[in-house]
Amino acid sequence: MQMPQPDARVLARKDRIIARLRSALPNCPVISDPRELHAYECDALTAYRCPPMCVVLPGSTEEVSAALRICHEEQAPVVPRGAGTSLAGGALPTADSVIIGVARLNRFLETDYTNRFIRVQTGVTNLSVTGQVQEDGFFYAPDPSSQLACAIAGNIAMNSGGAHCLKYGVTTNNLLGVTMVMMDGEVVEIGGEYPDAGGGLNLLGLICGSEGQLGIVTEATLRILHAPEGARPVMIGFDSNEVAGECVSDIIRAGILPVAIEFMDRPCIRACEAFAKAGYPDVEALLIVEVEGSEDEINHQLSLIKDIAMKHNPAEFRESTSSEESAAIWLGRKSAFGAMGQINDYMCLDGTIPVSELPYVLRRIGEMSKDYGLDVANVFHAGDGNMHPLILFDANKPGDLELCEEFGADILKLCVEVGGCLTGEHGVGVEKRDLMDHQYAPVDIEAQLRVKDVFDPAWLLNSAKVFPLAHTENRRKGALPPSAS
Amino acid sequence: MKPTSETELAEMIRAADGPLCIQGAGTRDLSCDGDVLDATGLSGVTLYDPGALTLVAGAGTTLTEVENLLAKEGQRLAFEPRRLNALLGSAGETTLGGIVATNSAGPARIGLGNCADHLLGVRFVNGRGEIVKNGGRVMKNVTGYDLVKLMAGSHGTLGVLTEVSLKVLPKPETEATLAINAGGLKGLSAMTTALASPYEVTGASLLDGKVYLRIEGFTDSVDYRCRKLKTIVGAIADVALLEAEASCGLWKDVCNIKPLQHCEYVWKMNMKPTAIFSGFLAAASQVFKFETMLDYSGGQCWIGMTSDQAMFAAAEVSGVTPQDGAVGFHQSMQEAVSDETVNEGGGGDVQFIKAPESIWPLVSRFQPQSSALARIQSGLRAQFDPRGILNAGLMG
Ligand SMILES: Cc1cc2nc3c(=O)[nH]c(=O)nc-3n(C[C@H](O)[C@H](O)[C@H](O)COP(=O)(O)OP(=O)(O)OC[C@H]3O[C@@H](n4cnc5c(N)ncnc54)[C@H](O)[C@@H]3O)c2cc1C
Repeated sequence: MQMPQPDARVLARKDRIIARLRSALPNCPVISDPRELHAYECDALTAYRCPPMCVVLPGSTEEVSAALRICHEEQAPVVPRGAGTSLAGGALPTADSVIIGVARLNRFLETDYTNRFIRVQTGVTNLSVTGQVQEDGFFYAPDPSSQLACAIAGNIAMNSGGAHCLKYGVTTNNLLGVTMVMMDGEVVEIGGEYPDAGGGLNLLGLICGSEGQLGIVTEATLRILHAPEGARPVMIGFDSNEVAGECVSDIIRAGILPVAIEFMDRPCIRACEAFAKAGYPDVEALLIVEVEGSEDEINHQLSLIKDIAMKHNPAEFRESTSSEESAAIWLGRKSAFGAMGQINDYMCLDGTIPVSELPYVLRRIGEMSKDYGLDVANVFHAGDGNMHPLILFDANKPGDLELCEEFGADILKLCVEVGGCLTGEHGVGVEKRDLMDHQYAPVDIEAQLRVKDVFDPAWLLNSAKVFPLAHTENRRKGALPPSAS
Repeated sequence: MKPTSETELAEMIRAADGPLCIQGAGTRDLSCDGDVLDATGLSGVTLYDPGALTLVAGAGTTLTEVENLLAKEGQRLAFEPRRLNALLGSAGETTLGGIVATNSAGPARIGLGNCADHLLGVRFVNGRGEIVKNGGRVMKNVTGYDLVKLMAGSHGTLGVLTEVSLKVLPKPETEATLAINAGGLKGLSAMTTALASPYEVTGASLLDGKVYLRIEGFTDSVDYRCRKLKTIVGAIADVALLEAEASCGLWKDVCNIKPLQHCEYVWKMNMKPTAIFSGFLAAASQVFKFETMLDYSGGQCWIGMTSDQAMFAAAEVSGVTPQDGAVGFHQSMQEAVSDETVNEGGGGDVQFIKAPESIWPLVSRFQPQSSALARIQSGLRAQFDPRGILNAGLMG
């Protein structure tokens, strides 16, 4: 993975840029000490690192606007940053860039149960949003596994999902409005405090998932829902991936809509079991299916699921009868990442496939794993086809990272080949940037680049991400194609 | 012009030397200039995978064809698209392209979302005559910008849709509806109470002084939740139960805005529920005469005026004809919803849905946008359609 050469002209203006930021934003940290900049040189994709020129941490939308105006005038590239948990390198800086972080934008602005929304500054963490409303019986639905740490800012930029999005949707389905600052400092209000707000083109849908390339989102209005009466999982083990896949499809066809259907393959089950000792059976494939409602409703749905599962001769069927048992069923799954981290370094992929292709894709991944000589474990949001193959490698072994990247790329290409896509919830960032040509024709990419031309004509905002550099080079160098002007 | 393939459509658009008015089945009258481009030739379901809850079809495929196909597998389109033919008095079968272009969503909006929420992928031809795809046919996809969402509700101004992929859902085993004898603010409170409960209401509407709350799912669960809900909203007013058949009929009417069918003029207003009731309805009903049907738990207000009522409005806005009255009322609503004392700081929008054709040159049918948003939107239109030929008069 290559990043563009830093712009020498911008680097030459470094002192002036920092001085201007400091003088315009006297109450706002502007970090330029190289020791302090270390903290910002990467996100959760730690394989790639580069300290930025400086980091600005504004405390208000106005300060974000002032900082952006200066960067715009100085033609300095800007990288927005939330909590830095991106797995795609979305928040990776370049040496000539100014990071604008929203960590200090951490206030809750308004909670409205009558109209069912909450308005927050985007530096608040995902989990704290639910924390704010749960005493009153409400919750914010999108629940990425990183929810303790990740910020709403990053969730919006990446359109993050979570285990429960099969029922409740991902970030975009739960976002009502944003306050966003454009690269030239202009503040825009998009959407509002009710669904589909505004009446014009659906700009909100466009902003969500645009990976910090269209503007810096400083405030967000989020839909909140009343929590269900209860929820309970079952665990079903199978001797073959195919049969597990059929079982998923049969559950869905039977008209049951679980909140979550998680899938783990044998390497993943074994690793999790060794790590978390959750009492998982040693089977080829394990499903965790969770349903919601009152006690009776849960029992009814689980009995239907049991009937379906039994037709597929499961090696194991374990129904939770208490909250302790529920926790035990989820324990292994929730520690999947930690378990892998114990074994080795790992890279977490995020492709999506049509659910029906699951057995074929798992078989192919198994074959490739042998060819590459790298182990892989699969965790999978089976209800919606979002796969997370975890490839194990040794960062200290020369060449292993590159091999792992190559293997990862092959898996993602396979996802596209069978009718899926490169990323289901983590975003493209720099990680999948160079694979975009596998999913999209040049004209499809050009249509997206033209959108950025509208929001950020100078191509300063997080511009080295998402699209292969060759597609964006002219624009990044300040030469918009003639059609756009 | 009626292309039968994507490439033919692309050629037609490239060759066009003037504005084009893109039409699905023509169930909505579009009030735009230019040659009619009939998009119904690009039809047919190309993929339906019930186990993966996905359907891919040409944009000209009719809603009826899709619904029939899904019904065979016990599935449905979750967002309950509206059929406005009866309201608009137009012939023609609603098409998928029309549904996507208007981001249509019926009563289920409050629980299950709108068309955009269930739209997985699109193919379209932009105003440059380029065939573009975005998204795909899988449920989770964040690969690149979400042009899928942007195309939903773009009213044909960015491109002509050729193919759409949709997420479908299982059809619930049954449904039932609680009818609560409460209008006005009492009605709002009944809806709010219901939605602040764990009982998963999938429709909350107010019509003729009664609130209707729909519950869907497995039979026992529907019974249980109706019982529970009844005890909560029963504290507000009398409650009656509509069983499956009656419930189904009622929501079909709500979905298709049948209660306002007899009105000459019809508008759709979106705002926070509290702002619709306290900000808009309370004030407007002092001055004007009109009929309403509230959907989305009070967040969407359908407003109708008969000729007589429009004539009454004319006097209020110093006009002389019903049309004058409707135009004046429209303008006053557009101003009201963008006034923070009315919308309570949460924004608002109103769209003119139905009127005699002669009115369209006199009004902007869509809510005017703030100057910053208007600039972004016209910038996007210029990128997708530099010659400005696609549905040129629409959306401001
Ligand atoms: C252990 C672990 C588990 C995870 N599990 C999940 C999961 O289950 N589901 C899931 O979807 N993701 C998951 N992630 C990925 C990650 O947490 C999400 O992508 C998250 O939304 C990133 O949020 P952040 O605040 O950390 O953003 P950052 O990493 O800081 O930034 C992410 C992107 O957002 C942009 N950005 C940040 N702030 C703004 C802003 N204010 N305006 C505009 N753009 C901005 C950045 O430029 C960058 O491109 C996981 C990550 C880890 C480490």
